[in-house]
Amino acid sequence: MSQTAAQPNRLAQGGQVDRTQALTFTFNGHSYTGHPGDTLASALLANGVDLVNRSFKYSRPRGIVAAGAEEPNAVVQLGATEATQVPNVRATQQALYDGLVASSTNGWPDVQRDIMRWVGKLGSPFMPPGFYYKTFMAPASMWMTYEKYIRKTAGLGRSPTQPDPDIYDHMHRHCDLLVVGAGPAGLSAALTAARAGARVILCDEQETMGGSLLDTRETLDDRPAAHWLQATLAALAEYDNVTLLPRTTAHGYHDHHFVTLHERRTEHLGDSAPSRAGHRQSRSRLHRVRAGQVVLATGAHERPLVYANNDVPGNLLAGAVSTYIRRYGVVPGRKLVLSTSNDHAYRAALDWQEAGREVAAIVDARTAPEGDLVAQAKAAGIRVITGSAVIEAKGAQRVSSARVAAIDVDAFTVTGKVETLECDTIASSGGYSPVIHLASHTGARPVWSDDIIGFVPTTVAGVTAAGGAHGVYPLGEVLADGVEAGANAVTALGFATTVNDADLPRVAPRHEGPACALFQVPHEKATLRAPKQFVDLQNDVTAAAIEVATLEGFESIEHVKRYTAMGFGTDQGKLGNINGMAVAARCLGQSIPETGTTVFRPNYTPVTFGAVVGRHCRELFDPERYTPMQAWHVAQGAEFEDVGQWKRPWYYPRKRAGGELETMAEAVARECRAVREGVGILDASTLGKIDIQGPDAREFLGRIYTNKWQKLAPGRVRYGLMCGDDGMVMDDGTTSCLAENHFLMTTTTGNAAPVLEWLELWHQTEWPELDVYFTSVTDHWATMTVTGPEARKLLTDMTDIDLDREAFKFMDWREGHVAGVPARVFRISFTGELAFEINVQAHYAMHVWEALFERGKHFDLTPYGTETMHVLRAEKGFIIVGQDTDGSVTPEDLGMHWAIGYDKPFPWIGKRALTRSDTRRENRKQLVGLRPKDPSVVLEEGAQIVFDPNHAIPMPMVGHVTSSYYSPTLESGFALAVVKGGHQRMGESVYLPMADGRIHEADIVGTQFVDPQGERQHV
Amino acid sequence: MFHIYCPYCEEHREEEEFHPKGQAHIARPEDPDACSDEAWGDYLFFRDNPRGIHHEMWLHAVGCRKFFNITRHTVSYEILETYKMGEQPTVGAEHLAREEKTAREGKTDSVQVAEGGQQAVGASDAALASVKGAQA
Ligand SMILES: [Zn+2]
Repeated sequence: MSQTAAQPNRLAQGGQVDRTQALTFTFNGHSYTGHPGDTLASALLANGVDLVNRSFKYSRPRGIVAAGAEEPNAVVQLGATEATQVPNVRATQQALYDGLVASSTNGWPDVQRDIMRWVGKLGSPFMPPGFYYKTFMAPASMWMTYEKYIRKTAGLGRSPTQPDPDIYDHMHRHCDLLVVGAGPAGLSAALTAARAGARVILCDEQETMGGSLLDTRETLDDRPAAHWLQATLAALAEYDNVTLLPRTTAHGYHDHHFVTLHERRTEHLGDSAPSRAGHRQSRSRLHRVRAGQVVLATGAHERPLVYANNDVPGNLLAGAVSTYIRRYGVVPGRKLVLSTSNDHAYRAALDWQEAGREVAAIVDARTAPEGDLVAQAKAAGIRVITGSAVIEAKGAQRVSSARVAAIDVDAFTVTGKVETLECDTIASSGGYSPVIHLASHTGARPVWSDDIIGFVPTTVAGVTAAGGAHGVYPLGEVLADGVEAGANAVTALGFATTVNDADLPRVAPRHEGPACALFQVPHEKATLRAPKQFVDLQNDVTAAAIEVATLEGFESIEHVKRYTAMGFGTDQGKLGNINGMAVAARCLGQSIPETGTTVFRPNYTPVTFGAVVGRHCRELFDPERYTPMQAWHVAQGAEFEDVGQWKRPWYYPRKRAGGELETMAEAVARECRAVREGVGILDASTLGKIDIQGPDAREFLGRIYTNKWQKLAPGRVRYGLMCGDDGMVMDDGTTSCLAENHFLMTTTTGNAAPVLEWLELWHQTEWPELDVYFTSVTDHWATMTVTGPEARKLLTDMTDIDLDREAFKFMDWREGHVAGVPARVFRISFTGELAFEINVQAHYAMHVWEALFERGKHFDLTPYGTETMHVLRAEKGFIIVGQDTDGSVTPEDLGMHWAIGYDKPFPWIGKRALTRSDTRRENRKQLVGLRPKDPSVVLEEGAQIVFDPNHAIPMPMVGHVTSSYYSPTLESGFALAVVKGGHQRMGESVYLPMADGRIHEADIVGTQFVDPQGERQHV
Repeated sequence: MFHIYCPYCEEHREEEEFHPKGQAHIARPEDPDACSDEAWGDYLFFRDNPRGIHHEMWLHAVGCRKFFNITRHTVSYEILETYKMGEQPTVGAEHLAREEKTAREGKTDSVQVAEGGQQAVGASDAALASVKGAQA
């Protein structure tokens, strides 16, 4: 065979690429061509690109090693434009498309001439294992500087700085059987389950389904495996009960057979998702699958051998060499040395020779290999060196030769003379490791098998591993294992299956000799002095580093992992973990199973944030709740504040004489004055409202609130304080008696749902004998607070309710009509002024609101927002739960002794805790008012309070500011604060040292700054 | 993400519909005022953290709004059963039953047997210790 001139390593024939079409792509600024069917990796190898990255820590040149998800080096940055940048893409998993632009992620500023090269050359003394911890922990202040530099140098890829042009989506799926992996085991499992009538999802991470069948030398029914593969995929596609998901990685196995699948829908087509029939397609999709049973047919990853300089470009996995030749028609070098511990890897040498390239030798660690593939290689005239291994690769930017020697595997020594074989490629194989990642996500620990020299997964109920993932490797057995797994899974779900051996394709028998357990290859020099022998290429962890870790006393493999960074990050130890454990086991003088295994965590391969987020972004990120008057607020130019999911008007800036809008301070001052001097109106519809009914409603209220409810008559309203059973205030609000067995509770806006849950908790779990029912009516009623000295006058002609101060007293409510619609009007006040809270059904609300403003023209009715509400309530010392309290504040800390019914008969929620030693202790932080000495100062909310500003640092902090505003009424700043023993410290001075060095002084005062006698609300 | 069978809705639903509410069978003492500070502190703040069988209370928050109990294995996360308020778990019950018998004969005040409509109450310390021992 020959190759095309443009792509020096592309064979003239063979593989599954379409040579009639050329695709142009760019890597690190150079333009190349490839073909449909290529991955970025196969196209780079076809073009003879050896160097794809600099390594993470030592900045050593690195090339492509593998052909799949396990690739540790060829992790690239993708994207032709700033908006379409994607980091962390494995070149081995990225389909080639015309116009693809990629670059190295490690290797700033240039892969060829790297600034950190000296680190790699000088090597170990500067970068020992645990070097982050050792080198850069002191001085701590320099850490940020170092880290920035190291991160940039290591180049972990970068996110785009412009908005993503693509859309992503999520899909929820349910199935009887999820099969992960469409190789021979997965296909036979899926087919068996499909025939039984089960709903099956079959997903596979590659561009094309087929797994090992895509590059096997073996035949099925005496024909190339591709025939059976195509027939089986066609058969599966015929089933209505089967969903095939190619380009879909099962990246996380969560609880109860919940598996997340990342489907790359258009990432093989271009930088950004192309439109189809004028519609945008989603670039990728996250399938959230709840499966009845799961078959993990995820195959096995080949283990490289660990020898000196095994990271120089030109060192590949044996199986990857076969894949590139057989699947992509690419032979990634000219002269090969194969180092192996098993028969299976001999394929690489046979494929290489059949591609017309030279095989220098097969170096087999076994003294007497004897399988069919060994015989084939010998018959093909390939030199087989037994009892030996490649102990070191030579070469800088590319392998130039292999140093080969006889070794004693058990004694871990080089026993013979070293022979140097000229070559540009070294393929190695230390056997296979089942891909147990997904099984490991479930928490099931794998067990070591001497038979396959690897860990096989244990699984939780309902999960079965099949084929390579199960440690079963011969093709015939893999197919049978898949059938069995599929049959068992659907039988467990109640489907009838008829498993017939005749259904399976015929596989020609092949004899394989036993493999030997070889991980790290001995070198003439001891590991600590030998050239670097890499265990984890992505994280730059060497055998010597693991040995150092064990010498420093790290014996648990989990500690070794953390100390060396082995198996970290996006790699998740796919190539290196078993070799690393083997090295640790050797150093600790124990077996691999005694050393244990580390846990693999989601995600199996990286998932883009776009896919994780799906459509839950921008306006769909979180639901927004609007009151019925939202459109009016918007039309008035209100600024909005988020309160939970609610949008609430914050303030209503008006145009000043010059045409400019008021500042927030100006608007708030105007709104405050309107309420104190005229009349204002607040949209309070967001207040939580819970309708409570039942013969025991009153008893229930008495147990849940700290104060008394026995005597609250219909038509009356009471303020209530709610504590946890720890005695700490958790909510407050008013509750009105609508009828003897009927109450309406209000809660703070943000607490509506938690309070309802709280009521249900106590009713359902402790007092189910109480006959009482709770219903949320927050959205059913709109609430408008009309407040200010002119409020009664404004309402007089708008309602049939008698508003006379004696007929309708403070803390009364009345039913009637307002603006012609049924209304409940409550005389409660959160401003300290005369106030009427008008509740009407939500659909009538806008009508009533507009009618109020029509009438309000004569009174300059002023809408006010949450900021003015806060100023007004703080001037009166009314607390906001969650702002002036933080879960550590009792009613007594708030000075609300009047709201505690210690003599109530039932031990209400919170009562007992209020007499615990801690809640009784002196010096608790208590709510007080603060008046800054300088009236122009508005204290910072959260500012810490001290008694002695001259105290040496650290000063004892005695409290903090909880609410602070400027009061237009007082013409001064003022604040609420909690201060240790504050109730006993009225009139004393406190100090608030600020970050900028200023120290504010303030007087401790009462919490009621305006109308302390509370007369104005009674008028 | 858990797949939880609501014993009231009689359906499996996604975890997103539920809120976890901590250890189950924590009864509020009948007479709080008779509790020592230490006993009240134990009721408020101290919870088991077993490796193995754990009875916990959940709420079908955006479903039927009912509280119910789950017996869950804290290592495998397997949900072994779910049961209504007022019912006793059957998993782990062999240990509880043995201890309950002892408790009834001895200190009847420490164990309350669930009655209709009442949340089942936890076992005596001895019973819990025996469960923990069995799981260790
Ligand atoms: Zn339910």
